[in-house]
Amino acid sequence: MSEWEKTGVLSLNDISGSIPSRERFKAGPVAIIECIQHIPCNPCVDACPFDAISINGGMTETPKVDFQLCTGCGTCVSICPGLAIFIVDLTYSDKKATILLPYELSPLPNSGDKVKGLDRGGNCLADVEVLKATKKNGSGLVSIAVDKELAMEIRNIEV
Amino acid sequence: MSRIKKHPILSFKKGREIHFIFDGHQIKAYQGETIVAALHAVGIRELSKSIDLHRPRGLFCSIGKCSSCLMLVNGVPNVKACVTAVEEGMIVESQGGKGMLDIQRIKTIPRKPPKIVNTELTIVGSGPAGLSAAKTSSKLGVPTLLVDENPKAGGQLVKQTHKFFGSKDQKAGVRGIDIADGLHEEIKASNSRVLTQAAVLGLYREDNGNFTVILKRDNQLIEVKTIAIIIATGAMEKMLAFPNNDLPGVYGAGAVQTLMNVYGVKPGERALMVGAGNVGLIVAYQLLQAGVAVEAVVEAMPKISGYHVHAAKLRRFGVPILTSHSIKKALGRTKVEGATIIKLDKNFKPVEDTEQDIDVDIVCLAVGLNPSTELARQAGCECHWIPELGGYVPIYNLNLRTTIKGIYVAGDSAGIGEASTAIIEGKIAALSALLGMGRKEVIQSRGKAFKELESLRAGPLGRVVREGKRKIFRIAEEVVN
Ligand SMILES: Cc1cc2nc3c(=O)[nH]c(=O)nc-3n(C[C@H](O)[C@H](O)[C@H](O)COP(=O)(O)OP(=O)(O)OC[C@H]3O[C@@H](n4cnc5c(N)ncnc54)[C@H](O)[C@@H]3O)c2cc1C
Repeated sequence: MSEWEKTGVLSLNDISGSIPSRERFKAGPVAIIECIQHIPCNPCVDACPFDAISINGGMTETPKVDFQLCTGCGTCVSICPGLAIFIVDLTYSDKKATILLPYELSPLPNSGDKVKGLDRGGNCLADVEVLKATKKNGSGLVSIAVDKELAMEIRNIEV
Repeated sequence: MSRIKKHPILSFKKGREIHFIFDGHQIKAYQGETIVAALHAVGIRELSKSIDLHRPRGLFCSIGKCSSCLMLVNGVPNVKACVTAVEEGMIVESQGGKGMLDIQRIKTIPRKPPKIVNTELTIVGSGPAGLSAAKTSSKLGVPTLLVDENPKAGGQLVKQTHKFFGSKDQKAGVRGIDIADGLHEEIKASNSRVLTQAAVLGLYREDNGNFTVILKRDNQLIEVKTIAIIIATGAMEKMLAFPNNDLPGVYGAGAVQTLMNVYGVKPGERALMVGAGNVGLIVAYQLLQAGVAVEAVVEAMPKISGYHVHAAKLRRFGVPILTSHSIKKALGRTKVEGATIIKLDKNFKPVEDTEQDIDVDIVCLAVGLNPSTELARQAGCECHWIPELGGYVPIYNLNLRTTIKGIYVAGDSAGIGEASTAIIEGKIAALSALLGMGRKEVIQSRGKAFKELESLRAGPLGRVVREGKRKIFRIAEEVVN
């Protein structure tokens, strides 16, 4: 049994197959799909306007992103029923990266708000700034700016 | 307990303000909500007293199945307050013990004479299975009657605010509530009829091979004459044995969902969720969305059995999921005022000195569902114990026909599955019923549906259901002909 099956928390090692190369990160925003279990689900494939997401060998296989085709547009983020897709942009500024994440609690924060940046276990790692918060398909989409080294750690916010 | 003011997904459209009387007190309510929702909104959770020990009884299933909410309504005892809509001036009383009929009072209640209705296909239950069956048959022009005892069509879907899994054909990425509304609209546009607040009481076979379905609606008995029947009655939450499991405040997960997501009423302020399967994980998340704190999710198994992505959503908000843990007892005298949880060893035995008291006013049980097979049994369909499918289920063949010619089953009442599979089973059952009526042209679309079902149940997580279905079909070879 893997640790995540017990805790519900993924490690970077668990999602290593979903993390693009350094070079790709340098080229701009990209989708990170944290979906490693064989569940019958595939709307992300249809949602992607660039055909960058594929599920091969039956719908219970896990999705794969073609990082060359992915533009980090974020369409998949609001479609994924598991809220398991994040857009990470390491090119935002010298020190900061942005993360676009799904947020389904009330109230939605406002641009400019300082909120808590939480990791996959709900621990607060830093105060982060909200760049933009919108609603799409009824789900909140929040873009935050975080220190680059936290770009693969922060996955939620507390408003 | 109070009304939810702001919800991230839902907006609650309140009906007209009305008033009813509960045990002598006037209560404000809104048209369209059930008696229990209105009572919960003003903080009343105790609905009746148990028969022998007079212990307080509250809501448990909220889908008309468990009889924990029986009340005296306008003098009629044993009314299911969870599926009965409040009305202006209604007199509701908590029921002490066994409900007794007051003959004098009953005489004053206006009753309508029985009525006879003719149709070709009758579908019991308007969850995803029933809705999809009705959509299929009405599209093909077959007069269809869809019956549900709840005030709103949709079964479990009406409370599912999360986006569904599956693929585009099964509306993946769409929220359960929107799936129900969409299917319902399509049926309303056809010449089929949907009867809500109508409970089916019995299915009887006539000498000519057709059936009479008896249902009750608004103090009126209706006899439906029909050629075929699809049973799509869904499932009921399992109870768990622990001291004080009968206190008001111990709810099935579905009841908590109904209160919050259909009626916009918070079931309490702080919850313990028991069970980390999909239902437990999803409802725990929905509690957060309703503004209720989730203190912990406990799970007896050493690992989380629901989808990881659902668990991850909770963990990201800091909700602890304690595997190898269970509830030892609920605390409180007349309502839940806390709970004791305990660690379990490899053999599911409690580990001494690991008790922990937590401060909650809701204990929510999500420990599995049992198929609702009462009607199938009453009609005489052969049922077997198939643990992989959730308990007793009627035996049926690949075409979803039971041991009685003309009666089909689909969805959770045919074995616990998912809304996505229920939608396809509903379609298969309807097509099989039509085939039975001589509509040969449906064979091809049914073949396609079989394939869809297979792909949804592929993969390691579909293994248990696949095994259960295999068992059923094996038995069916002997008994369905
Ligand atoms: C919290 C939760 C989350 C879920 N999430 C998902 C998901 O993401 N994806 C997915 O695919 N599935 C999901 N499911 C499962 C899905 O909701 C069920 O499998 C599905 O609703 C079963 O459909 P059904 O039509 O068989 O029954 P139900 O939806 O249970 O409907 C049965 C209906 O029959 C009515 N009825 C019963 N007896 C009678 C009678 N005698 N007379 C009149 N009416 C009667 C009931 O009132 C009810 O309305 C979830 C379930 C829960 C509880």
